[in-house]
Amino acid sequence: MSIVLDRLRERFPADVVSTHSDFGDDTALVRRERIVEILAFLRDDPESLFDFAMDLTGVDYLGEEPRFEAVYHLYSLEKKRRVRIKVRLHEDDPVIDSAVSVWPGINWYEREAYDMYGIVFRGHPNMKRILMYEGFEGHPLRKDYPKAKRQPTIGPEE
Amino acid sequence: MAEPVYITAKVGTPDLQAEPMLINIGPSHPATHATLRFQATLDGETILDLVPEFGYLHRGFEKESEAATWTQVVPYTDRLNYVSPLMNNVGYAMAVEKLCGIEITERCKYVRVIISELSRIIDHMVCIGTNMVDLGALTNFWYFWKPREEVYFLIEELCGQRLTTSYTRIGGAMADLPEGWTDRVLAVCRGVIPDCIADVNALLTKNRIFIERTMGVGPISAKDAVALGFTGPCLRAAAVPLDLRKDEPYLVYDRFDFDVPVGEAGDTCDRYMVRMEEMRQSLRIIEQAVAQLPGGPINIDDPRFILPAKAQVYGNIEALMNHFKFIMEGVKVPAGEVYSATEAANGELGFYIVSRGGGGPYKIKVRPPCFPLFQGIPHLVKGQMIADLIAVLGSVNIIAGELDR
Repeated sequence: MSIVLDRLRERFPADVVSTHSDFGDDTALVRRERIVEILAFLRDDPESLFDFAMDLTGVDYLGEEPRFEAVYHLYSLEKKRRVRIKVRLHEDDPVIDSAVSVWPGINWYEREAYDMYGIVFRGHPNMKRILMYEGFEGHPLRKDYPKAKRQPTIGPEE
Repeated sequence: MAEPVYITAKVGTPDLQAEPMLINIGPSHPATHATLRFQATLDGETILDLVPEFGYLHRGFEKESEAATWTQVVPYTDRLNYVSPLMNNVGYAMAVEKLCGIEITERCKYVRVIISELSRIIDHMVCIGTNMVDLGALTNFWYFWKPREEVYFLIEELCGQRLTTSYTRIGGAMADLPEGWTDRVLAVCRGVIPDCIADVNALLTKNRIFIERTMGVGPISAKDAVALGFTGPCLRAAAVPLDLRKDEPYLVYDRFDFDVPVGEAGDTCDRYMVRMEEMRQSLRIIEQAVAQLPGGPINIDDPRFILPAKAQVYGNIEALMNHFKFIMEGVKVPAGEVYSATEAANGELGFYIVSRGGGGPYKIKVRPPCFPLFQGIPHLVKGQMIADLIAVLGSVNIIAGELDR
């Protein structure tokens, strides 16, 4: 079993829902309430030291409940280890605390997850669209957003 | 309205009161190289604040992938970092193979190393060349275009295309190496590239104009670079020796003798120096990889992943049906999720893939190395001159294709 996942379960027994190490990737599914504490623990714990927030994205499991998932990929420079932290979010309340205070570099990833999936990061300093334009309607990577759907292109006002 | 800024009066100049000026740079501007946009707040020529904006080249890579088969995604990956497309092909194929539990053949591993390192060299050449054009040193650009062209001839011979390579397949490659290809690789790596690197080195490295224009411009500390998620040459220039080829050896990188260059100040000059040395180290890797290149097949021997031979397809019904199913429905990949990272020319190129067992991906997320780098640009240039922004932007090498996806 992985040291990181053991430490995590030991420290947050009530918040870790499940863990697995399929395909060699250590993964923990956690509850969203204390996500910032969990991420800060992973960054500072001497056995973990995950100083890189490598990636953050959403996944839309349409038809399942909870529907959305926020997926964090962390990397430790010193331990040369990776871990994946997942959080399930309900469709009617896709809100999770922002981790910008833990890693400033995660700022744009959170904006992208908001733009693409509509996951709202509470406490984010600038929760705006990043790839799409301001007037864009909907969240394009949601499974119920049609691939061929067109929206009016924007330009300077006539 | 922002607070007025009072410019400190110098002896002999009138005490002027000025307001910060908002200036727009891009999205279509020669110095941004790609469709990037900045809104800069300036006090005279000093940057007070900078807001980068992108998305002009967003073409829905991830959305398109969800409607494609596993093999159909390979051509989409060419368009991520279009300066070194072969590396994206390799990164994607490795991620899917991790999910399938495929161990590719020894020969294929070496071939992937060789094409990755050739790509790294041309990527760095483009980066340094165009960065120098922005700083007014056009000659270096042409000195680097010649070897790049030679490498493109090699790539063209390898897969029929110069830019849209689509060379890798799940479990192998599109085709084996052409006859005598490795000899021509060595000829380019020995006869063309080192001379060009030496020429540019002679023109720039001790050039006083170059040094004054780049040293101390856009520096970043190791701590900040890590916190912002920098990877690749920009992180190594800030004295953090993270290189996945050493730290998480994939393919056969653990069998080669090479060094990871690091800088000190993380400024534009260090980023240039790191890239120059990385090209030399890539040449070393190619030399060793060609010398060790084993024979044998390039593709794995597994009918679940590899197309049947053409002669078979034309000759018997089972192979024809198999071929049809492969093309129309795609390779069957088990359900699960993986994250696979490779050291691309700009840093960590990661693929997070979710499969639900179909012929195509349920979700693909690319972690482009440029994304955190572009986010960090305001941190690099705040308090510096507007002309330095151009030098810094070229040296962090933003590729809009992978930034916007």
